[in-house]
Amino acid sequence: MVPLSYYLLLSSILFACGVAGFLIKRNIITIFMSIELMLNGVNLSFVAFAAHWHRLSGQVFVFFVMVVAAAEAAVGLAIIISVYRTRETLNVDQVNLLKL
Amino acid sequence: MSLHLILFLTFGAVCVAGAVNLLAQRHPINSALSLIAVMGALAGEYLLLGAEFVAAIQLIVYAGAIMVLFVFTIMLLNAGEEERTKGSRVAILLGVPGMLIGGTLVAWVLLRHSGTGSAPVGALLGDPKTIGQLLFHEFLLPFEVTSILILIAIMGAVVLATKPEATENRKAR
Repeated sequence: MVPLSYYLLLSSILFACGVAGFLIKRNIITIFMSIELMLNGVNLSFVAFAAHWHRLSGQVFVFFVMVVAAAEAAVGLAIIISVYRTRETLNVDQVNLLKL
Repeated sequence: MSLHLILFLTFGAVCVAGAVNLLAQRHPINSALSLIAVMGALAGEYLLLGAEFVAAIQLIVYAGAIMVLFVFTIMLLNAGEEERTKGSRVAILLGVPGMLIGGTLVAWVLLRHSGTGSAPVGALLGDPKTIGQLLFHEFLLPFEVTSILILIAIMGAVVLATKPEATENRKAR
């Protein structure tokens, strides 16, 4: 038996690492990967709560989070490709204008 | 110490090490590979929680499909090492203490308020049949809505990633 708080602790560590990556990384692709890390942390707490309260709805919700993550990755990477095409850089410090 | 706890700690250590490595590495491809390690270890955690189907989907969809998309983009754009700039130094100065404070706060609240509950071993059946019945009965409307979301995302990705000249040529013809 593993206490529920251990799972929640692990998920909060993953989420905090995701937030830190979002803040300290300068490469736009790595920032995007940090968002995926945050989503993974949230998924872990969903599954842990599902096991704790014997409700499968939590596991079903993980699928919806995954679908949203997949849609986000597809659109976001397309945006990154078009940003790179117009600016020739992936550094977010140099991408500071919406207009060209 | 039970086997369950040992497995939890092993997978958890891989998760945390991968997440920290994602932050420490400067080349995006190394970050992507450590993210794959995190996702694989998380699949192990899901197995420990009795969520077999979620673990399989985590490996197939997350570590497979989504991360392949990331690695493709990194190779397509030929992304190199990120350089240290003024902005990145400010971000590290603010971001690392902020993360530590936030993480400690969340951990304190969690350990204080939910120390009694525990997740039982394999008590919950997350097999495909049960999940499918739940997904196609109770969650049918959200399921259909997400299919529309995916369709829109596909069209958006195609529109955004096509070269502008290609569309202009097509219009001229």
